[in-house]
Amino acid sequence: MAVKSKSLAEIMKQHRSEILSGWLEYQKNGATSTNGALKREEIESESREFLGLFSGALEHDGAEPDMRSSAWSEVREYLDQFSQSRAQAGFSPSETATFVFSLKQPLFDKLKVAMGESQTLVDEIWRSTILLDSLGLYVTERYQKAREQTIARQQQEMIELSTPVVTLWEGILALPLIGTLDSERTQVVMESLLQKIVDAEAQIAIIDITGVPTVDTLVAQHLLKTVAAARLMGAECIISGIRPQIAATIVHLGVDLAGVTTKASLADALRVALDRNGLHIASR
Amino acid sequence: MPVERNETLAVNRSEDVVLVRAKTRDWSISLGFTIVEQTKMVTAASELARNLVVHAGGGTVRLETINSEQRRGLRLTFEDQGPGIADIQQALRDGFSSKGGLGLGLSGSKRLVNEFDISSTPGEGTRICIVRWK
Amino acid sequence: MDRIPILKLGDCLLVSIQVDMHDRLAISLQDDLTERINKDRARGVLIDISALEIVDSFIGRMLSNIAAMARVLDARTVVVGMRPAVAITLVELGLSLEGVATALNVERGMELILSLTGRKRLLAGELNHNARRKE
Repeated sequence: MAVKSKSLAEIMKQHRSEILSGWLEYQKNGATSTNGALKREEIESESREFLGLFSGALEHDGAEPDMRSSAWSEVREYLDQFSQSRAQAGFSPSETATFVFSLKQPLFDKLKVAMGESQTLVDEIWRSTILLDSLGLYVTERYQKAREQTIARQQQEMIELSTPVVTLWEGILALPLIGTLDSERTQVVMESLLQKIVDAEAQIAIIDITGVPTVDTLVAQHLLKTVAAARLMGAECIISGIRPQIAATIVHLGVDLAGVTTKASLADALRVALDRNGLHIASR
Repeated sequence: MPVERNETLAVNRSEDVVLVRAKTRDWSISLGFTIVEQTKMVTAASELARNLVVHAGGGTVRLETINSEQRRGLRLTFEDQGPGIADIQQALRDGFSSKGGLGLGLSGSKRLVNEFDISSTPGEGTRICIVRWK
Repeated sequence: MDRIPILKLGDCLLVSIQVDMHDRLAISLQDDLTERINKDRARGVLIDISALEIVDSFIGRMLSNIAAMARVLDARTVVVGMRPAVAITLVELGLSLEGVATALNVERGMELILSLTGRKRLLAGELNHNARRKE
């Protein structure tokens, strides 16, 4: 068995440049470069580097090549980076995995030439197929992971983008909330509001929920906790823009808003806030 | 559940509670907890460590960094050979206190962590285990 | 045993807690403060906790006790500088420090003490506000 496997490694070693040119040809016609986002030189250098590592791993691995073994650690590392960069560049999972799968054909071509039509060839092709399939699946898995990280990062950015804390007046902050509030987002938003209160030395913060379609118990409780936390820090929160449906929900849920200043509109809240700071707006 | 590292502290005096807080903070920081997460965990540790001193005349705290399904967390186990708690449900209610405190030690610290496990045998002692995940 | 220093500024007492207090230290601060309020005839007590990384139920109770005792001795207490994470945790713990006045920082805290003890002129806006209410 060892002899047969050695031959795959040997063929890779001896015919690397031919296999590379064959592979590049298949990739050019295949899916990897369909959207034309990658330059030919990039594909070539990537393919060359991968083949080098692939050939090295085959040489160091035992009779039955196993991509999970330590001999393949450099290949795995390379594919990690590869998958990540493809995911970030917006390639599809199949385009990404085709990079590995498209190596089959040039490799099998070479095996056929080297071994002729024999049982050995069939065995060797079978072995290579399993190996390349597992590498291809590995790439897909890594690709998926990189995508998930991107999505998580974007979610975080969304939270930050969608919750600007603005200064309405000296010592008066406003947090206009827009969109559906889930428990996690509310928590992040509230923490950043409290920090802004410290940074801006704001005595009053207006949380405006005009743009919030619904409020559930958890979110209502987070709002109340924020008001309580702000009070402990020495600031006051006013909640404005509570629409009739939300008011009904809050009452229905049994959430106690006593002790919290609420106003129908942001304008009303601002008037109260200015008043507390000893200011009032008059017409000339 | 795999434990990455652990350390056990003796808690007998109120100065030891300060040490438990400092250790819990260090471990929380090394796990990458946010400021709010750190503060919640340290506060819970403070409440439960004080309970050891006040109710049981002393005990131990074991700190462990644990690993589960790609999550990492901090687990604290508080153990004593004190009088134990006869009615755990009652002890967990807000405002219940056997020593004239605010009665928020147990119920409050439960709200500050992700997992809270308590077992107690009257006359033998109490064991409370809390976990906060990253 | 070490103690938390208490400073006197006019008829106000100033305490800035800079260390992680163990329980006995907290109790001695409570005792020292009540004694000083009485001795110095203080009208206000300002406690700066901006350096505190946590406030648990024990410290929370100490702050409430100080405020309550000071009130009996005709002084007003303001706690200043509580960090956001500490405030969030206290709320989750179930503590609202009823009866304790709070301010963002020492400066605001002093202003609050002055107005609580009736020695600060009302702002123009507040006057207007009160006048409107009377109408």
